[in-house]
Amino acid sequence: MNRSTAKMAAQTAAFVALALAPQFLSAYNLSLLGRFLALSVLALGLTIVWGWGGILSLGQGVFFGLGAYALAMYLKLAGLGAGELPDFMEWSGTDHLPWWWGIFHHAWVAIAGVVLVPMASAAALAWLVFRRRVGGVYFALITQALALAFATLLVSEQAFTGGFNGLTDFHSVFGYSLMDPAFQRSLYWITLGFVAAAFLALRWLLGTRFGKILLAIRDGENRIRFLGYNPVPYKIVAFALGGALAGISGALFTLHVGVISPAMAGVVPSIEMIVWVAVGGRESLAGAVAGTLLVNFGKDWISSAMPNLWLFMMGLLFVLVVTVLPKGLAGAPQSLGPQLAAIRRMRARMRERKDSRKAGARKSCLGDAAAAACRATSTAECESRHE
Amino acid sequence: MGESAVVAGQLFNGISVASILLLAALGLALSFGVMKVINMAHGEMLMVGGYLSYLTCQAVHGPLAFLAAMGVAFAGACLLGALLEVTVIRFLYGRPLDTLLATWGVSLILQQAARSIFGAIGVEVTAPQWLNGSVAIHRGFLAGVNLPYVRIFIIVTAVVVLGMVALFVARTKWGLLLRAVHQNREMAAALGVNTRWVDLAVFALGTGVAGLAGAALALIAPVTPTVGQSYIVYAFLVVIVGGLGSLTGAALAALVVGVFSAGAQIFMSVSLADVLLLVMVVVFIQFRPRGIIETRSRLLDES
Repeated sequence: MNRSTAKMAAQTAAFVALALAPQFLSAYNLSLLGRFLALSVLALGLTIVWGWGGILSLGQGVFFGLGAYALAMYLKLAGLGAGELPDFMEWSGTDHLPWWWGIFHHAWVAIAGVVLVPMASAAALAWLVFRRRVGGVYFALITQALALAFATLLVSEQAFTGGFNGLTDFHSVFGYSLMDPAFQRSLYWITLGFVAAAFLALRWLLGTRFGKILLAIRDGENRIRFLGYNPVPYKIVAFALGGALAGISGALFTLHVGVISPAMAGVVPSIEMIVWVAVGGRESLAGAVAGTLLVNFGKDWISSAMPNLWLFMMGLLFVLVVTVLPKGLAGAPQSLGPQLAAIRRMRARMRERKDSRKAGARKSCLGDAAAAACRATSTAECESRHE
Repeated sequence: MGESAVVAGQLFNGISVASILLLAALGLALSFGVMKVINMAHGEMLMVGGYLSYLTCQAVHGPLAFLAAMGVAFAGACLLGALLEVTVIRFLYGRPLDTLLATWGVSLILQQAARSIFGAIGVEVTAPQWLNGSVAIHRGFLAGVNLPYVRIFIIVTAVVVLGMVALFVARTKWGLLLRAVHQNREMAAALGVNTRWVDLAVFALGTGVAGLAGAALALIAPVTPTVGQSYIVYAFLVVIVGGLGSLTGAALAALVVGVFSAGAQIFMSVSLADVLLLVMVVVFIQFRPRGIIETRSRLLDES
């Protein structure tokens, strides 16, 4: 069995295990797993945006929020009788429903909105920024400012967005009761279906010409320009796709949790999303899902046991993953390879010394070989830095 | 109080906010320009500076205690910055996006540490006697404008620090080395400049200035564990608008950003002003993608 078949077998096994999870897990753990799987749709989107496109987005929470609010507006309206207003609008003295709320009465508008609103916003932002060849760090900082502005806007426009508390208190979706255990179970499988579909679609995409050019842009944007390609449309498509997946993820998450608030769309959650992917391995699709599940279960566990410790852990995780495991868990063997080899070499050298001391022989020349190897790696590092 | 007085008062507030933004952005512009490092923990250097000045003012009394506090804030943030550079950042040169993530982790740790030590509620630094009071304008079309000494002090501090940093860069030997590394790192290294030391010095200087900004900030607002967060995003916008590693650009951009958001707040809510500011920045880079002051270079791949 070669490596790729082994990988596929492992991934299929993981999928089967996840599909059977409702049989084994308690209702509480299942609901956690369901919401974390919903989040991993977003993480899969980040794989293409960040891992393959090299575009670091610190504003993914915005697109998550747009998708989530699009569905939440429908859910809110679905629970109302004719002519009634959502509760928070009445509290803040609004007397009629704005038109852009009204259209979300229709389920199809909401479903289209979940995908199209974040996708279009992402595409517009990417077009505005990338067409002027602004990228890299600048783009990351602009998206972060976007996340800040989006969250403050949601909080301040209380009459239309529910303010700090967000939208909550939903009862039914498309005619099904949200509280029904059978619905909860189907929702889990639907979520898993979305994860699997996104996974397969993105894996296919990476194999296409589009995926190859995207990778090439990441590794040398100017070289691609010299070869006659315009990288801008590729980056826009990748970012819009990431935005759409974030929107879907937000909508699924809202269904699982039953509430969406600005606290899930601001600067801090956006950057947490990056950690999920960084922990799993930014280039690996399976890593993105695994990282999301691991970090979120870890967060749930640590922050309930030791609330003060979570931020410390999270900070440490950031530093360690970036410095020690730049390719995340999925790339751990590769990243740690040189270190492990160095340890092995050191052990070998020590054994050699012991032997030579026993034999009374001259000092071994292995040390010199190791030093030469070190020099070789540092030259390689220098070169990669100049890229 | 006439309308022109409202505008003038808001303009003055904008300039004093701009001064703090400038102090915060100076270090970012320096370390970004010279080392291509994005320091997300820079906001926490403000916070550290604020807490250090609070502690100093608790320990030392007298009219000049606050000046001592500013010195302590500068030195403390400098040391912390140097520590951060030596332990984390030097492993990440050449990977700007990764420095961004790693330093974000550091900022989380520092925030939580501050929360554990000082509590989530802010601490206040009381301004010294000689800063109590204000300049009031009674006559003319600006009648009713009130300019507190504290804010004037902050503006003066920012101008003095900017001047000192500019002198340091333009006139000292270290400044020469810094400019050499900024222009062409490899060539400077080949000519015997110890780039490691230059990087360390630049980074520590930048965080030190941020610490100073924190001390200044403590005069007008309580110091909380998240105080850095609320300034860092704007400081980065200043760096984007100002252009890579340009002191003049950073100063102009800080003024533009500070006055723009203060001015917008006359007409709309704070959050709408935020959104408008961001829109303006995105529109701005359509015309000048490399900032107000472009650093000209023949290098194709920059950051």
